[in-house]
Amino acid sequence: MSRHHGPDRSLRHAVRLARVLLSSQYALMLEFRAEIVLWALSGVLPLIMLGLWSGTGVASIPGFTPQRLVHYFLAAFVVRQFTIVWVIHAFEEDALQGRLSPALLQPLNPFWRYLAAHVSEQATRLPFVLAIVALVALVHPAALWWPTPAGLLLALLATHLAFLVRFVIQSALTMLCFWSERAAALERLLLIPYLFLSGLVAPLEAFPEPMRSFALHTPFPWMVWFPAQLLSGGTVPVARGFGVLAAWGLLFLPIAVLLWRAGLRRYSAMGA
Amino acid sequence: MPIIRAEGLSKTYRVADKQPGLLGTLRHFVARRSRDVPAVSEVSFAIEPGEIVGFLGPNGAGKTTTLKMLSGLIHPSAGTVEVAGCVPFRRQGRFLRQISLVMGQKQQLIWDLPPLDSLRVNAAVYGIEDAEAHRRIQELADMLELGDELTRPVRKLSLGERMKAELLAALLHRPAVLFLDEPTLGLDVNAQARVRRFLADINRRTGTTVLLTSHYMGDITALCPRVLLIHQGHLFFDGRLDALTERLTPCREVRLELAEPQPAAAFAPFGALESLEGRRVRLLIPQEQLTGAVARLLAMFAVLDLEVSEPPIEELIGRLFQQGVVG
Repeated sequence: MSRHHGPDRSLRHAVRLARVLLSSQYALMLEFRAEIVLWALSGVLPLIMLGLWSGTGVASIPGFTPQRLVHYFLAAFVVRQFTIVWVIHAFEEDALQGRLSPALLQPLNPFWRYLAAHVSEQATRLPFVLAIVALVALVHPAALWWPTPAGLLLALLATHLAFLVRFVIQSALTMLCFWSERAAALERLLLIPYLFLSGLVAPLEAFPEPMRSFALHTPFPWMVWFPAQLLSGGTVPVARGFGVLAAWGLLFLPIAVLLWRAGLRRYSAMGA
Repeated sequence: MPIIRAEGLSKTYRVADKQPGLLGTLRHFVARRSRDVPAVSEVSFAIEPGEIVGFLGPNGAGKTTTLKMLSGLIHPSAGTVEVAGCVPFRRQGRFLRQISLVMGQKQQLIWDLPPLDSLRVNAAVYGIEDAEAHRRIQELADMLELGDELTRPVRKLSLGERMKAELLAALLHRPAVLFLDEPTLGLDVNAQARVRRFLADINRRTGTTVLLTSHYMGDITALCPRVLLIHQGHLFFDGRLDALTERLTPCREVRLELAEPQPAAAFAPFGALESLEGRRVRLLIPQEQLTGAVARLLAMFAVLDLEVSEPPIEELIGRLFQQGVVG
């Protein structure tokens, strides 16, 4: 019994901590519900792109009919909504406002709080996203489709994994806040390749061959194009997609941990 | 065995050195220069469990830097430090569970939610069961005279209410050591008194060791039998507050109102004559001679009124730091 007591207690502690963190962060997000509506609306780039692509040469995108393109952009919109990461901005503000020091004195890595805040924000965002999808369906009934159960499940998994990988990569960048007060500027720099290579402005199939090969060597298309294709019933290399996402996550996780330790040493040397 | 032990604790910061003007800005952009600024030098002291110790010194003396080294937020440039049997800057869970730091200017409570939400999170972080957390919150809230403030968003609370809620959050996990950096800064007189009463209570009830910095001597005189006096990073005094008072005020001021004027020479045997205006006399008499001198003054002259006073300690400390004669 004693052998199982420790892990059982740790698990109970972790579950309770996750529950309390999520519920408090959800309460916090509900305080900002108006702001979250605006954020949800600000993520309609795929829907704008849908409008732009509708009137142009869809026929030139291999494997895409006009209706498939509508499905793709709607799926990309949904995927984008649940893979938004802003940890670098939250951390930078906390460090500048002096909120980091009290957080560092608790026996909990502050990044768990940021993760809980992101998940809670997604839960707050969900009804607004559904409302926007319903609105699109009302205006354009052909935009709706029913994904297969397997496709839906894989898309859900891929979206969550894409979110986690984005979170880990951005967390690694976030550590640069220990060296620069304006590390969030780097994130803005990364936003450009993310927007173009992720599949938000066009499905990857629309890219010329060398560009598509190049994009597939970056993590970006796996974060939007891959889950969006799974959701909208497109053809994608499923095993490769999950493998690539996991590999990027596993590459950046130790980098984030090492930078966190080095950053803390610097923070504590420079004056918290 | 001391719960806090610092030996030769030093901290030197590296700060950017930039000259003013466009040329200075360009030079700074091309080749950044920096210099070392010592914040704390060779500070040693030990604090026993259950003590309340006041950390005194002017702005920039090194008080907050020392507190940050003791709480593990920054690591020392030299020297050793041990708190509750741990090396603070390693920030192990065992250490973090035994300490708390409250900074008057910074907060741990979630700004847009009521304090109760932050307290629930703290209870989960420190692994305090719900029923026990509820009991502790109730007990601390009673001591702090907090009621429906716990269910109002933190941003809607007054400064005093917020500080009380911060103290509650800091003490929920019953730390063995509580570090306080200016806990009464900006509070009105009543709120200051309540915070002081609470700190004295919590120390008496739970034996929590308290190390506090404050600009208000009222905090120190009300709470701290022992003080550490720090100036320009150096520790100048470590001992009882009354011993510090003795050291700072070796003389007492005696004001007399006599029935008849007396010549100045008549007061020479008693001490230094500070002023003589008609029947009003002001003398500075060494502390150890005070009782005898007062008895002889009363016996020799017809005294209508007599007042013995001690200058406020903050005034004396301020004067000593200004004169640079602490040591």
